[in-house]
This record gives sequence, structure tokens and C-alpha cells, in this order.
Amino acid sequence: MKVLAISGSLRADSHNTALLRMAAEEAPRGVELELWQGLKEIPPYDADDDGVPGPATVEALRDAVRAADAVLIATPEYNSSVPGALKNALDWASRPLATNPFRNKPVAVIGSSTGAFGAVWAQAELRKVLGAMGARVAEVELAVGHVHERVDEEDVRAGLRDSLEVLVATAQPALAA
Amino acid sequence: MSTTIEQTATPTGTWNADTVHSSLAFEVPYAVATFSGEVTDFEVSLTDGALAGKARIASLKVKDENLETHLQSPEFFDAERHPELTFISTAIRREGDSVEIDGDLTLKGITQPATLTGTITGPAVDHFGATRVGFKLQTVIDRTQFDMKWNMPLPNGEPALANDVTLKADLTLVQEA
Repeated sequence: MKVLAISGSLRADSHNTALLRMAAEEAPRGVELELWQGLKEIPPYDADDDGVPGPATVEALRDAVRAADAVLIATPEYNSSVPGALKNALDWASRPLATNPFRNKPVAVIGSSTGAFGAVWAQAELRKVLGAMGARVAEVELAVGHVHERVDEEDVRAGLRDSLEVLVATAQPALAA
Repeated sequence: MSTTIEQTATPTGTWNADTVHSSLAFEVPYAVATFSGEVTDFEVSLTDGALAGKARIASLKVKDENLETHLQSPEFFDAERHPELTFISTAIRREGDSVEIDGDLTLKGITQPATLTGTITGPAVDHFGATRVGFKLQTVIDRTQFDMKWNMPLPNGEPALANDVTLKADLTLVQEA
């Protein structure tokens, strides 16, 4: 099973990107995580550019989502919400809604922050956005607060294992049953 | 011109819906008015006094393509995993033109008891010589009982979409020759 991992942060030393790399290490047998690295190249959404095909970088994102069996998104929280670049990429990917690659796609949202709450509000908003896009949002909640002090802690790794397990079960209910 | 044959008992024998002259619709309070839609691909039969119906969620129609997409997504009907709605009656009570039908309604893979109430017309012979019976039925379901929990708060804090949804079936059933 192929899981596309999307980080909502562009920073080279991003805690959320590190979380996804750790998730790749903790992935169960048969689950392969691929980190998507095209976020910075996605242009700001402009309906005038939203043709067929769309901008090449956007089409690459749509293809990557389409080719994946599931998606794992790790988001930071900016001003109590989803980072603009991540929301912008999802807005592009969601067009046109009826055929967008996130439709029925199993997606799990996790997040981390250097504050106490681990991006819970950004995660909640992201789940709302993904639901509106037609994604199959997995019932995963992993909020890693004070992430800079908790690098490589076993309970974070355990949380990632649990999150991936729920994502796999959401994607393959017949196998989980 | 039609001939009334009998108006006191539930018709026996086998009857199938003439879907051109039948409709399955829903109505739900949304903000300040009523939102409605219908499913166009369905079959209904009445066999020896038992009513059974099946509708394809993919044929759900509302007046906006994006809303259709949202309604078919996992947040609402989840048409990918639960492509059909079914109703199978367990008891039919007729008193004159009034009818009450108990049965099991399955929606999004969840089965709940439901009672349809309304009127029955006929049987009567139509202008082509076929014998028809009409049912005009409705029931109210709580959509949250079928795992459809989506909502958005209005500015006054009230939820935009009501939980109680009226399902309406206006059926013309034709007796098998």
C-alpha cells in the first residue's frame, strides 16, 4: 500500500516533515510512505489558470495523490489555522470537485507544534476542508505538542504507528475486519 | 378514465414500479428554507403484500453538481462504499385510503426500522389496460442515525442543516401480467 506523505511546512528542518520521516520508519509491513516535496512550487490559486491541464506542478500533485492508496498529512498551525501554502495546494488539487483526486481518498491528518497543543485547531480545520473535498477522512488524531523537546520519543513513534494502523484500516476495511 | 377494483386490502400478486411515473425524494431544512433532491435510478416491487425498494445513490440529483459530489462523498452517503439505499417492509396496514408500512431502511450500510405513512390509490385499470396502484408515502429519519453528521454553524450559532430528513416516495406500481 502506497501512502503519500504531505508536510504542511516548507522549512528544511520542519518538525512536521521530520514527523513524516519518522512515520515512514514506523510504517507497518507492506506500507510504503513517499514524501511529496512539491509544495513550494505550487503557484497561488488563480481561477484564470485553472484549465485542463492545470499548471505542471499542480498536475504533478494531482497525479501523486491519484497514484497513492492513502494520504498522510502532517500540519503545523499558523494563527490557529492551516498554513496558507498547504491550503492553497489542496484548493488546487480539489478542482474540479467532482473528479478531484482526493474524492473518496483515505486521508489521515496529524500535526505538531512547539506549543502545548500540537496544531489541534489546524488539524480540525484541515479535516473539515478534506471532508468538503470528498476525502475519506480517517479517525486519526495525533497532536504532538512541544515537539522540539520530544524528538524521537517512543510515545510519538507509538502514536505514528497507531495513526498509520487506523489509516490502513480506513483504506482497506475488508483487511482490517 | 379508470375503474376502481378494490379499496380495502393491500394488493396481492406482483407489482413493479413504473419509474417514469414514480419518484423518490428527500427534503431537509437548510438555513431558512428546505433543500430537496431525488434519486432517479431505483426499483420498487410489491410482492404478495410486501414492499421492497432499492435506489442507487449514484443517481442522486440536486440542483448543483458540487453539492451532488459532496452528498455522494464519505461525509454524507458514501456512495463508493454504500452504493444503494434499500427498504424492505415487515408489515403493511391499510385502512381505506390510508396506509402505514413498517420496514427496515438501510442507508450507508446502517439498518434502522422506519414506518412509512401515506395514502394508497387503486388498484385501478389504466388507459392501456394495465392495472396500477399508487402509493404516496413519507417518513422522517434522523440522518445522524445513518452516520451523516455533517453540519456548519450559522452566524447565530444554530446548525445550518437539520438532522431530521423527510423521505418521500410517490409510486406507481403496475401489476405483472
